Amino acid sequence: MRNFPLPWPCAARARPASAWPALAWMLLLMLLLMPTLAHAQDQTQNQPQDQSDDAAIELLEALDVSSYADKGAAIEAIVTSDDSRAREWLQELLDGRLQRTDDGRFVVVLENRGRDWPVADALTGEALGEISRRNLERIGINNALRNQLRSAIAVVDLYSPDLERRRASAERLLGEVDADLAEPLVSVIEGEEDDQVRERLVQALAIHRIELGELDALSQLEGSLHPRVRVALNRAASGDDPVLADAARSALAGIEQQLKINRGLETLYFGLSLGSVLVLAAIGLAITFGVMGVINMAHGELIMLGAYTTWAMQQLLPGQPGLALILSIPAGFLVAALAGIAIERGVIQFLKGRPLETLLATFGVSLILQQLVRTVISPLNRTVVSPEWMSGSLHINDALSLTLNRMFVLGFALVVFAGLMLIMRRTRLGLEVRAVTQNRAMARSMGIRATRVDIMTFALGSGVAGLAGVALSQLTNVGPNLGQNYIIDSFMVVVFGGVGNLWGTLVAGLSLGVINQVLEPWAGAVLAKIIVLVFIILFIQKRPRGLFPQKGRAAEG
Amino acid sequence: MWLTRPFSERSTQLFLGVLIAAMTLVTFLHLALPESNPLYVNAYTVNLFGKYLSYALLAVAVDLVWGYLGILSLGHGAFFALGGYAMGMYLMRQIGDRGVYGHPELPDFMVFLNWDSLPWYWAGFDMAWFAFLMVLLAPGLLALVFGFLAFRSRVTGVYLSIITQALTFALMLAFFRNEMGFGGNNGLTDFRDILGFNLRSDSVRLGLFLATGVALGLGYLICRAIASSKLGRVCVATRDAEARTRFLGYRVERFQLFVFVVSAMLAGVAGALYVPQVGIINPSEFSPLFSIEIVLWVALGGRATLYGAVIGAILVNYAKTIFTGVMPEAWLFALGAMFVLVTVFLPKGVAGLLAYRRKNSTSSSTPGNTSNTKEVSA
Repeated sequence: MRNFPLPWPCAARARPASAWPALAWMLLLMLLLMPTLAHAQDQTQNQPQDQSDDAAIELLEALDVSSYADKGAAIEAIVTSDDSRAREWLQELLDGRLQRTDDGRFVVVLENRGRDWPVADALTGEALGEISRRNLERIGINNALRNQLRSAIAVVDLYSPDLERRRASAERLLGEVDADLAEPLVSVIEGEEDDQVRERLVQALAIHRIELGELDALSQLEGSLHPRVRVALNRAASGDDPVLADAARSALAGIEQQLKINRGLETLYFGLSLGSVLVLAAIGLAITFGVMGVINMAHGELIMLGAYTTWAMQQLLPGQPGLALILSIPAGFLVAALAGIAIERGVIQFLKGRPLETLLATFGVSLILQQLVRTVISPLNRTVVSPEWMSGSLHINDALSLTLNRMFVLGFALVVFAGLMLIMRRTRLGLEVRAVTQNRAMARSMGIRATRVDIMTFALGSGVAGLAGVALSQLTNVGPNLGQNYIIDSFMVVVFGGVGNLWGTLVAGLSLGVINQVLEPWAGAVLAKIIVLVFIILFIQKRPRGLFPQKGRAAEG
Repeated sequence: MWLTRPFSERSTQLFLGVLIAAMTLVTFLHLALPESNPLYVNAYTVNLFGKYLSYALLAVAVDLVWGYLGILSLGHGAFFALGGYAMGMYLMRQIGDRGVYGHPELPDFMVFLNWDSLPWYWAGFDMAWFAFLMVLLAPGLLALVFGFLAFRSRVTGVYLSIITQALTFALMLAFFRNEMGFGGNNGLTDFRDILGFNLRSDSVRLGLFLATGVALGLGYLICRAIASSKLGRVCVATRDAEARTRFLGYRVERFQLFVFVVSAMLAGVAGALYVPQVGIINPSEFSPLFSIEIVLWVALGGRATLYGAVIGAILVNYAKTIFTGVMPEAWLFALGAMFVLVTVFLPKGVAGLLAYRRKNSTSSSTPGNTSNTKEVSA
């Protein structure tokens, strides 16, 4: 759910004290080697084996020793070597993928699944087919080495032409700069083109300068929301220097203020996201229940069908989750709409004007659908993959990043809502639906085929439930109980918003979502939900027709 | 007077006759026959029958509000479970220091959660009279508060159904919480004694079965008495035309509230009798699915007949026992199909079928076709 940035790994503190001077030295060296390195990288693309492989093998051989101290020295040797493959080796070593075969070759494990692992040559990068894992021996590392590796990679990456790597590296150096590293860092900052990387490095340097007691560095940290900046400021605030401590405290107060605002925004975002899910789940119900007056307890199962359609689509199009997802929007609509028509024709049409009986019968349908999915597909949850463009998050600042999938769902909910509004307000079908709802007999005598309108309306409401399912498959587990979890909430949203009022559903859904998220931090998820339920129950006593009751004759039906 | 009136009705005489005969028969078959006899009823079956009878009492309670008052409560499971929890708390206290942790006062789960004293609301549950009083009061009070608010603001029809469902859902979530002090997920279990008798002995099981039968008979009589009194007539009038009844000068909400509370208390008693027989009470009894299943029992048996509710409860639960034993995955199909078929093809339930077969029955005591009456919501 919520992804808070992980604090700096504690193990980092355990790194050998000698690592940093060495790294700084390496940094200097790298600085000198920079042109050569870039040159080397250009060349490797043309002819991968320009380096003398004996030297490379020697570098790697040095890793395959039992003493961790020796391994550390070997890692430094790799870093300071001007080999263009150094960074890959370090990364592979860190991931435990750098291994050695029985006959002494160094290989990279591409995938460690099953008994035989596909490997590639560590020196040439050429694929070597599959090798039994019993013939492979991994070059072991410990936590201290892991930290050394990460830091080394960070330093190497500072010179990488790849922007993403420079960013990650700058991030890593925040709060980890010491005297030896500070000096070369200044020149790196000057040479850096990317603003974001430069800002990070400036901050990293500033943290170091504050540790030295330089007051003017504080101004460079003001307004930064990064947790490690706060750690540094906190340390300065409790330091010996009273002037610096005061300044740090005031900077911290400003940061706290900003954090509070950001936290508020985050809660709002999560609330709106939850609300959009509620709106999606409830909006179809707002059509069938609110406009037609039919209680469809199987609505949740129609949502479930939509979600399973997405899953089935992804099974049909393996490896293309994005395309599958886009295709499942119309498919989910269609499947749920057809199921809706079947329910309407098979059950509901016989129960006209008996809402309580409709409720029971459709509940029976919901049980059957649930069990059908359990029997035919599986009682277990299915995983629906999120396409790449939907995963990840939008980084606003250090304290606030918005997950993309939730943003898509939020946008999707609004689009669906707008689409429904258009259909109800601007199309022939919408006009007919409203006419039949207001006065069935009169509508019929005006030549509207009421039965057809019933079917179309129900199909529309059900189809929207299917769309909700497609969206939900990106946020939650897809299982037979998916629908059941949403049905009560959906009814609550519709009743809270005012039956027969699409705007009411939108407002109710979003506000219930936000209320829920605001309550959650101090009440806990379950209690927040209970409070919201009780609130709605009490609210309905006060205003039995919801937030936005229908007025006029339509309300008397 | 109003309490004795039901005895003059043929349906009541018949119902009580059948009930007493069935109880006698089971007792006889259980006690008098040797175990080798094929007709012998073992303690397990007696226990099962006892469970059915407590469900039947619950169904009667639902039928009282749905059949006669037109309130489709999808939250009666909550009252049932509250009664059950009151009984469960008493049984928990009866364990004393024989629990796993051997604490003289605290139930096992509290010791497990490192609580050092009983929460205040557990006080008094070591006394049987207090616990039995709470069996009536806890669901009764909830129904009183909830009903007072709901009926005063004229929440009726579908809206009422939905908020009763929300009520039981909220309670389920609440009881799942360990902090509530009701055993959380696991609920209350491992009971040993009731009123000093060992719960696991055959004779106590028979006793509980008989007690449940008696409670069902009494509950039936109370509901019948209400239904056939003037109060019952007002209820039926409310069900069929609430606005009109109100215009005639009846304070509809008071009648609704009274009957609703009585029904909730009956449900509570049913729950209290259910718990010692199954040996456990946990939050799943609050689940909306269970509550809506109760409504199915009533719908299957036939609304507004009371005996129909009993028939429905026993039939459905018997089917459930059979199905879950033989082919468990088919049970939800069967249950779902029952919901659909009963509402579409059998609006008056089994009782309606019976009444149809003997046309010269005393149909005056069973209100007419409720399905045709227009649901009027204010």
